Amino acid sequence: MSALIERLWELGPTMVGSTPHANEIGMKFVAIDKGRATLSLPYNTALIGDPRSRVIAGGAVTTLLDQACGLAAMAGFDKLGPVATMSLRIDYQRAATPGETIIAEADCYKTTRNIAFIRAVAHDGDPDDPVATAQAVFMVTGPQVDITAADISNAITKGNAS
Amino acid sequence: MMKRKIDDLIASIPYAKTLGIEARLMGDDLLLVLPYLPTNIGNPAIPALHGGAVGGFMEVCAMAEIRRHNPDLPFAKPVGVNIDYLRRGKPIETFARAEIVKKGRRVANVRVRAWQESFDKPIAALSGHFLLPVDK
Repeated sequence: MSALIERLWELGPTMVGSTPHANEIGMKFVAIDKGRATLSLPYNTALIGDPRSRVIAGGAVTTLLDQACGLAAMAGFDKLGPVATMSLRIDYQRAATPGETIIAEADCYKTTRNIAFIRAVAHDGDPDDPVATAQAVFMVTGPQVDITAADISNAITKGNAS
Repeated sequence: MMKRKIDDLIASIPYAKTLGIEARLMGDDLLLVLPYLPTNIGNPAIPALHGGAVGGFMEVCAMAEIRRHNPDLPFAKPVGVNIDYLRRGKPIETFARAEIVKKGRRVANVRVRAWQESFDKPIAALSGHFLLPVDK
């Protein structure tokens, strides 16, 4: 395992764990790679958006996709630093199945000096049958440091607005 | 629609309760309030509200706005939304108001603005299409 990937595996759980709202809704870190991140959201009755169908609120899926895109963006830069959401487009393909864990897989396919472009998919087991898809743009909001040498907990708490 | 009915409507959504959302009627306008809660924070060091919490708040606002004109029907479902983040969400209360731009037979187009200290300084904006419930 390269030093970079090793650092990213430290970054992932730390970033999710140090985010109060992610903890509040029960979000879990799953996996990370260069420019890629996977998170999960176990079914939680506190997140129901439609009491008749017991389907999770779109907003909870939005939050999961936002967090996954932000983590993929951080993992997409060569240097480590805080990022914030600029824009987020979500398309809801179908209702999430009540009781099922939702998984979000995000791919940061392009970065410039200060901007990251990410697409993501949320599904409940089969990525070919998505619950929602997202397209996001994140921006760098603070100083970036060498990812292999960075103090991760310090770097991510200096300006991540998402 | 009466204030009490709107409060009941918001209270019926567990996700809205989790975010702490409250409703206010300002004349004929429905204003939703996201009180400051530490559990809605995205980054505690800055600190800033979670973009997902602000986005979810605006989605609830859009759905509540559609629903209050059709109180006997279920909630509309989001089909696609665009969210622009304009300013950092400070750890204070946030407001949101929705405008139904166009309501067709199947779909409504809604815009939502979220702001904190000043209406003229929005922190986020949502624009999206919502699938309307079928009147059976």
